[in-house]
Amino acid sequence: MASGDIDVAYVAKLARIALTPAEIERFGAQLGALLEHVDALAQLPVGDVAATAQVIAQSNVMRDDVARPSLDRETVLDGAPKREGAYFRVPRIIGEEA
Amino acid sequence: MSEETAVEIARSVNARETSAVERAVAMAERIAERDGAVGAYLTQTAELARAHAETIDARIAAGERLPLAGVPLAIKDNMCVTGTRTTCASRILEHWISPYTGTAVQRLLAAGALPLGKTNLDEFAMGSSCENSALGKTANPWDLGRVPGGSSGGSVAAVAAGEATVALGSDTGGSIREPAAFCGVVGFKPTYGRVSRYGLIAFASSLDQIGPISNTVEDSALVYDTMAGYDPMDATTVDRPVEPTANGLREDLRGVRIGIVKEFGLSALEADVRAVYERAYADLEKLGAELVEVALPTADYGIATYYLIAPAECSSNLARFDGMRYGLRVEAPDVGATYEATRAAGFGDEVKRRILIGTYALSSGYYDAYYVRAQKARTLIAADFAKAFASCDAIACPAAATPAFQFAAKADPVSMYLMDYYTIPMSLAGLPSLSVPCGYVTPPGARGPLPLGLELSGPLFAERSLLGIAHAYERGTRHAAAERIPALSGAGAAR
Repeated sequence: MASGDIDVAYVAKLARIALTPAEIERFGAQLGALLEHVDALAQLPVGDVAATAQVIAQSNVMRDDVARPSLDRETVLDGAPKREGAYFRVPRIIGEEA
Repeated sequence: MSEETAVEIARSVNARETSAVERAVAMAERIAERDGAVGAYLTQTAELARAHAETIDARIAAGERLPLAGVPLAIKDNMCVTGTRTTCASRILEHWISPYTGTAVQRLLAAGALPLGKTNLDEFAMGSSCENSALGKTANPWDLGRVPGGSSGGSVAAVAAGEATVALGSDTGGSIREPAAFCGVVGFKPTYGRVSRYGLIAFASSLDQIGPISNTVEDSALVYDTMAGYDPMDATTVDRPVEPTANGLREDLRGVRIGIVKEFGLSALEADVRAVYERAYADLEKLGAELVEVALPTADYGIATYYLIAPAECSSNLARFDGMRYGLRVEAPDVGATYEATRAAGFGDEVKRRILIGTYALSSGYYDAYYVRAQKARTLIAADFAKAFASCDAIACPAAATPAFQFAAKADPVSMYLMDYYTIPMSLAGLPSLSVPCGYVTPPGARGPLPLGLELSGPLFAERSLLGIAHAYERGTRHAAAERIPALSGAGAAR
């Protein structure tokens, strides 16, 4: 594991968060310090033990594939930042030329 | 002054000696009087509590008996209640109104609890002091210059200040237990999967758990019994019967083996703090318990493991906040820029840090070295606990290494992360774990005594045994009753 080499601008792009140059510098130093701390894990001999995603042994939980009541459309759309009639209003995703 | 317990309130409301409406009105007045100084609530819902109290009184008049009749309840503001805003103390959800009520809250309301309001937290439950809230400042009722702990800081402060009888918190790495210790109340994180999280806004899905906060172990047992159990709306709840805990509370510890963790030696603690824990262990023995040394050799890796797993899950869970369907949207020329501007304006620094570290740990080239390795470490930590519980019924240790600290004392993020040293290993192993008041210290500069908490943890699904042990300790030591809310006597005058 390599520590302290986190490319904050690149990771922020992946995470869809706009950062200022000052934030990139500050977060870079803070996250570098955290990564040095978590690098301690390299000392722990984990060998080929199984990874634990969560501790309670449960596999896929299924329900019957039948429609059931849910929130009504108006209630859900009331929470939208922008709506148009019965739809969410969102920015254009496909460019003009596409 | 001794607060009335939930058990006492429910008894008197069921007996119609008082009404739920009287309880709702009295508690709303208390909140109006005190919360200016404490800041426990982000949203007060006195009218909702009163309207609900009327239905509770009508049901009791019709002959029903309800386990939480008229009990004032505070709800951490990452849990949905229909018609109230649920903010997660974040700008991104500041004006979002919940369209439904979560299962845990719903079960308590159906049992007669009165929803007095939504309490402050570290933004999206990420923090250990409540200072990461974007929407309010909560003070520790014991010393208003100190933090209440976090992330469930508002819920513990509400109970400690007498602004609620019981409260709900959520605990991912210690967010119920550390603040409960800081504010001198009982805070209980049940086994992972025991309480439905439907309606709890997700932070780290393999760790998050809802639990009660109260003045007594008995009240936490009552709240837990009322809300625990399988829920078809949450596929991670475990479909097996809940052993009731409120009727399993014991008065002594004869025949109980308490594990003291070798690696959690007390020598690194301040002398006055160490003395409190040494006496706590001695008290366990005095009450009849046999103390046995247990080893948790991997516990030291807890924080490193947690700060890979929890941020990884957070980065995935918080991807849903994109400004399209709910919450804040900051308009920008195209959709990508809209996402980036919305999340830049909507999230605070700590949330951004965790999303970034999680995104990094899951990114190509680092996934195996960080995320998978942390999940393997988690296997080893859980195995250490399983081995330890072969020789003891519960493990005792400090809930935190210090009492509540002053505002802005932990400006460096890693120093804040270290606050959860004693609570994170149990979270990674999914264990039931609680903090119960165990004494007081008065460090230099404190305005009075500050509480400390003893953390007791049990094997998976051993809630009944664990709460029984905690109750015997509480009754046998009476630290909770020793000193009550000293700072508040001055708080009213200060305003």
